[in-house]
Amino acid sequence: MSSTVVKPVRDSKAPKINWARTEEAENFAKTVKLFRQGKIDPDSFRRFRLQNGAYGTRMTDDYAMVRIKLPAGEIYPNQLEKLAHLSEAFSIGSAHVSTRQNVQLHWVILEDVSEIMRSLADVGLTSREACGNAVRNVMCSPLAGVCGEEEFDATPYAIATAKFFLRNPLNQALPRKFKFNFTCCEKHGMVRMTDVGLIPQTRSVGGNTQRGFKIFLGGGLGNKSFVGHQLEDFTPEEDLLYTSIAVLRIFDRLGDRKNTARNRMRYLVDQMGWEKFRNLVLKERAIVRATQSVVVTLDIDDAPAKISNPIRISGSDGKSVPDGFSRWRKSNTFEQKQNGYHSVSLTLEAGDITANQLRALADVCREFSAEGYARTGFLQDMLIRWVPESDLAQLYSRLLEAGLANPGSLTMVHPVGCSGTTSCNLALTNSHRLAKEIQRKFLDLKLDEDNDLRDSNIKISGCPNSCGQHEIATIGFFGGGGRNDKDMYPVYQLSIGGRSDGETMLGVNVLRIPAKRVIPAILKIIETFKAERRQNDTLKSWIHKIVTGHSDTSTKSVADIKKILLPLTVVPSAAEDKDFYADYGSDSSYHTRTGKGECAA
Amino acid sequence: MCGLNGKPIMDADSLRSLLRDNSIRVIDVRRKEDYKKDHIPKSVNLPLADLLSDDTPERVLKLAQSLGIDDQTPVVAYDDTFGALASRVAWTLQYLGHRDVSLLEMTYTQWKTLGLETDSNEPSVGTKTHSIALKPEIMATADYLEKVKENKNVIVIDNRERLNYLEQHIPGSINIPYRTLASEDKILRPKDELKRLLQNRGISDNAEVITYCGSVGTLSGLAYYALKSIDHPNVKLYVRSFKEWKNLNKPIVKQENADYWDLSAE
Ligand code: HEM
Ligand code: SF4
Repeated sequence: MSSTVVKPVRDSKAPKINWARTEEAENFAKTVKLFRQGKIDPDSFRRFRLQNGAYGTRMTDDYAMVRIKLPAGEIYPNQLEKLAHLSEAFSIGSAHVSTRQNVQLHWVILEDVSEIMRSLADVGLTSREACGNAVRNVMCSPLAGVCGEEEFDATPYAIATAKFFLRNPLNQALPRKFKFNFTCCEKHGMVRMTDVGLIPQTRSVGGNTQRGFKIFLGGGLGNKSFVGHQLEDFTPEEDLLYTSIAVLRIFDRLGDRKNTARNRMRYLVDQMGWEKFRNLVLKERAIVRATQSVVVTLDIDDAPAKISNPIRISGSDGKSVPDGFSRWRKSNTFEQKQNGYHSVSLTLEAGDITANQLRALADVCREFSAEGYARTGFLQDMLIRWVPESDLAQLYSRLLEAGLANPGSLTMVHPVGCSGTTSCNLALTNSHRLAKEIQRKFLDLKLDEDNDLRDSNIKISGCPNSCGQHEIATIGFFGGGGRNDKDMYPVYQLSIGGRSDGETMLGVNVLRIPAKRVIPAILKIIETFKAERRQNDTLKSWIHKIVTGHSDTSTKSVADIKKILLPLTVVPSAAEDKDFYADYGSDSSYHTRTGKGECAA
Repeated sequence: MCGLNGKPIMDADSLRSLLRDNSIRVIDVRRKEDYKKDHIPKSVNLPLADLLSDDTPERVLKLAQSLGIDDQTPVVAYDDTFGALASRVAWTLQYLGHRDVSLLEMTYTQWKTLGLETDSNEPSVGTKTHSIALKPEIMATADYLEKVKENKNVIVIDNRERLNYLEQHIPGSINIPYRTLASEDKILRPKDELKRLLQNRGISDNAEVITYCGSVGTLSGLAYYALKSIDHPNVKLYVRSFKEWKNLNKPIVKQENADYWDLSAE
C-alpha cells in the first residue's frame, strides 16, 4: 500500500436531480402481465415498452434491453454501484456504455424490467423515453465545463432541456425519435449529425456579454444520413427553449407518420428544402414566444459546481511510477482549462464494463474527482474529470487493479462497435466483437502511441443502420453478407473520410472487405499513409485530401485506395480457409439471420 | 419445520442471544484457514469441500454427530460466500432429517462490518447421537426432474448467471441468477421483494419448484432458502445440478443465433 492516506471525510456527492418515478415501475410490471395474458395487443405493448426504455432482443420475445438515460452523461458513484448490482442481478454481469451517453443492460428478462426501473428510482435514474418516438437522451460533450475552447459550459442547458421534455406531453407521440446534442466546441461534439445540435456562443451587446447558441437542425445518421443546417448566426439563450419547442411542434405536425423508414426530421427538412423549413421554424418560434413567454422557461441551474479536492495527507508515496503510466497518460488524459486539472478517459472495449469495474469506478470518482461524479462520452467511453495532476499516477494504479487501465482511449485504438449480432435483431455481423478485436490488435501494435493516427477514428455498424456511426468515421464499416457459390461469409462495406467536426462530411464508400480481412485492410491503409505522407499529414488529413480530391501524394483518389485493398477481397474456398466463412465470435459457418427491427417503432 | 420457530433464516440478534444461552450449534462454512483466524464465537468449522468429499447420508450423519449435533440441537450455518455454501450445508442436514436448521441472515463479512463479536478460540465439542429420517421431498434427482418438468405445476429454476443460462440450460427452466436474491446487506432480500420478484415471473404459491445451478447445489441451495424464507411450501433442490444433467446426456437447450458472450467485459 502507498503511504498516501485517503481520508474518507468527503461523502460522495449525491445526484442533484431525480429523473425517476417509482409508479412507472409498477405500471410496467402490470402492463407486462396484461400483455402476457393477451389483454394488450403486441403493437400497443411495444409502443409502451419502448416509451419506457426497453428494446426487444435478437431472436426472442423473452428478453429486453433496458436503456438507462444519463442526461449530459452525468453519473454519480451511488448510481454506478446500482448499475453494477443490476447488471449482475438482471443482466449479463456487464453493462454497456452507448454512443449517446446511455448505459444499457442487455438480455434482461422482460418480466424483470420493472424491477430494474424500481431500483433505478432508488438512485434517481430513469429509462423513460430512452427509446421510442420521443426526445431521447439529451447529450452534452463530456468535456463541457473543462474544454479550453468553449465559450461557456453547456451542461446546465442540456440538463434543463432534458428536464423540460421528460414526460412532457409535447413529445410522447412524435412521428419518430428526436435527438438533442449539446457540445463544448466544434471539435468535441457532433452537432451537425443530429436533429438539434447546439454549440455555446457569446456576443457582446452594449458592453455586456450575452450567452447564446449556434443551432444546427435536421442532421442525422441512419440508413440515409444528412448534415444539419445552421438556423441563424446567433440564438440568444432566452430563445433556446422557444426554438426547441417550435422545431418539435413543426416536426410533430408535419413529420411523416406513415413511412416510418423515412421520417426522421432530416427527411422533412430535405423534402421541404432548408429555406422553407427555416422560415417555418422562425415563424413558429415567434408564436411560441408570444404565447408562452410567461409560463415556460428553462430551469437552468448554473450555480458554479462545487469543486472540492479529495483531502489527502502527503502527496508522494516514494513508489516508482507504475509501468505503462506515461503511455496511458498520453492517450487517456486531457488537460482542462482549469490549471492543474485533468480529465481522464477510460478505454473500454466497445463500451462494455463489468459490475466489479463499475464499483471500482465509483470508488475512483469519490477519491480522485474533485467534482465527485463521472460522465459517459460519445465514444462508448467514460470520463473522470477534475483530477489533480499530481494524482494521475495513483489514479492509474487504481485503474490497473480494476483492469481499466488500457491506453488508447482518446486515439484511433478505441473503435466504436454497435451491438451487432450480440443482441440486435437487425444485425448481419458481429460488429461488437470486431471492434474489440481491432482494439486488442492495435494495442498490441502500440498504435495508440502514434501521433499521426491520434485524431482518426474507427466506427463499425452491424448493418446499414448506422448505430455504430460508421459514416462519420475516418475509417468506417457496416456489415453485410457475402456469397461464394453456396457458402456465405461476413463482409463489411468500408467507407473513409467521414467526420463530425466543423468540416462534417459523410464517409465515402470504397469497397466491401471480408470480415476476417478488415484488420489487414486498416493496417494496409496505415502502411500506405506512412509511406506517402507529407510532413504535416495525419492519417485523417491525408484521407480528407483524398476524398475531397486534393491529394498531393501518389494515392490520388478513392479508386486508388480501392486498388490497394483489392487483393484483400479475394475469396478463398471453404476448404482452403474455413475461418474466412465464420464471423468473429462464432466457429460455425456464417449465415445471415434477422428478426423484426424496432428502430421505427 | 426448519429453524427456530420454523424460521429458515435467523437474524443476528436472535443468534447472539442463543449463543449467550449456549443453546445452539453454529457452523462456519468457510475454509479452515479463515475459520482459524476468527469466527463467530463458539462456532465449529465445516468447509464445504469437506462435506462434498462424501455427502452420503451415512457420512453426513457421522459429520453431524462429531459436530455435537443431536436431533434436538438447533443449528445455524453461515459463510462468506453470499450464503450459498451455508445453504448447501443447511439443506444437507435438513435432508438427513434434522428439524431445526437455519441460515444466518448475513455473511461473516457483514457480521464483522457491524462490529459484532468474533473469536479465534475453537470450542471443543463432544460427539452426540443423531438419527436418520431422510426427507426425499426436498430433493430432486435427474430422473425425477426429467419426469416432472413438463408438468404445468412444476417450475424449474436455474440459478446460474445469465450468460451461462443462455449458453445452455435444462429445457423449460427459467433463469433467476443467484445475484438476484441478495439485498445490499443481507444474503436474501426482504420477503415482500422476493415475493414480488417471483410473482412477476409467474411463480405461484402452489407451484412445485425445483432449483438447480452449475454443479453442487450451492447457488441453487441459496435459492431454495430464498423460497423457504417466503414460506413457499413445495421446493426441491436438484442437488447434483447441471453438471450431472450434462454428464447423463439429458436434453439441453441453447439461446441460438446470438453472440451474447461478446457483450461481456470479462
Ligand atoms: C432501422 C433501424 C435503426 C436505425 C435507423 C437506427 C439508428 C441509430 C443511429 C443513427 C444511432 C447512432 C446514435 C446517434 O448518433 O444518434 C443509433 C444508436 C444505437 N442504436 Fe440504433 N437504429 C436502428 C435500430 C436499432 C436496433 C434494432 C437496436 C437494438 C436494439 C439499436 C440499438 C442501438 C444502440 C445500442 C445504439 C447506441 C450505439 C452503441 O453504443 O451501442 N438500434 N441507432
Ligand atoms: S447498426 Fe444495425 S446491427 Fe448495429 S445496432 Fe443498429 S440496427 Fe443493429
